[in-house]
Amino acid sequence: MDTQEEVIVYARPDSLTKTNTHYCPGCTHGVAHHLIAEVIDEMGLRERTIGVASVGCSVFAYNYMNFDFVQAPHGRAPAMATGVKRVFPDKVVLTYQGDGDLASIGMAEIVHAAARGENISVFFLNNANYGMTGGQMAPTTLPGQKTTSSPNGRDVETQGYPIRASELLATLDGASYVVRRSLHDPKNIRLAKKAIRTAFEVQLRGLGFSMVELLSTCPTNWEMTPQNSLKWLEEHMIPYYPLGDYKVNPAVAEIKG
Amino acid sequence: MPPKGRIIVSDLYCKGCELCVGACPQAVIALNPDRITAKGYHPASLFKDGCTGCGICAIVCPDAAITVYREDLRARRAIPAGA
Ligand SMILES: Cc1ncc(C[n+]2csc(CCOP(=O)(O)OP(=O)(O)O)c2C)c(N)n1
Ligand code: SF4
Ligand code: SF4
Ligand code: SF4
Ligand SMILES: [Mg+2]
Repeated sequence: MDTQEEVIVYARPDSLTKTNTHYCPGCTHGVAHHLIAEVIDEMGLRERTIGVASVGCSVFAYNYMNFDFVQAPHGRAPAMATGVKRVFPDKVVLTYQGDGDLASIGMAEIVHAAARGENISVFFLNNANYGMTGGQMAPTTLPGQKTTSSPNGRDVETQGYPIRASELLATLDGASYVVRRSLHDPKNIRLAKKAIRTAFEVQLRGLGFSMVELLSTCPTNWEMTPQNSLKWLEEHMIPYYPLGDYKVNPAVAEIKG
Repeated sequence: MPPKGRIIVSDLYCKGCELCVGACPQAVIALNPDRITAKGYHPASLFKDGCTGCGICAIVCPDAAITVYREDLRARRAIPAGA
């Protein structure tokens, strides 16, 4: 085919660096990365954005996203993002956090950042375990789910129930936009991208705290193929973590249009 | 006739995860057993005709390894009927 008669439908976004990531094959952390990068490209925000990386498999996010980044101690990304945003109110500030980071060690920081209505955007990757450290149980691990620290399956009698972070944060008045999406198929990935865009719109208009929870796979620690991980996510995670909009401020509803 | 497309998969980024293989509505992608990347993966590639340039493989690829091209339909319309 003559190249002059072709259009480019998709090309790797400029907001990703030209680096091969350390993520395992088929891990949907990578899908979240390219969606965020695409939205930042499309909105022309690359020179204005400061990311805050967390601790977890996404600890090297600063090597993969092609804009300014700082690295927070485990769980403290929302606190560091608060400081960055208050010092540089014209910057677009995001955190990228796993479920261990956000819902376990960092639970206090995320709750208070949302309660204060900090004008930051949080991308919360929920893969129902501590991926980086070898697949231990997280607060988000499903009842009965086997992990390296719950080898017989999570027993809610002794280990409690999973935390639904979006529902919890949505109760706070400071939170403007809190939604849950999933990365398991093309349709849901498109919806996730729209939500990421809305989160940045909320921040650009000064409407306060926004969070997009993204259900994500961990093929390595789930001990499944990447394809089967997508199916497991759909069949097991979505029933416990329903997709939807948990908080949409009336002012945000307008921009969602 | 559906639009014609093609994909180029980057050896630098592809990890042979097969998510694109499972997602392609035309079932025209497969890992190439005859090639191996520097990282040791068999990269994905088109193995037969029928790509429409829909872009779905690129949406699901965790490594943003795929560039998708599609025939420019304006060019097709410019060709007179029967030409
Ligand atoms: C203060 C502190 N405590 C514990 C750890 C060990 N640690 C590293 S990553 C991690 C959990 C990461 O899980 P998650 O946030 O779900 O990220 P994932 O790897 O699953 O994406 C823990 C407990 C640490 N690095 N620092
Ligand atoms: S351990 Fe799990 S979350 Fe971490 S990169 Fe591998 S698949 Fe992804
Ligand atoms: S562009 Fe569409 S048809 Fe072509 S290989 Fe990708 S998914 Fe298949
Ligand atoms: S989805 Fe991407 S990384 Fe996975 S096999 Fe296809 S091109 Fe390679
Ligand atoms: Mg995790």
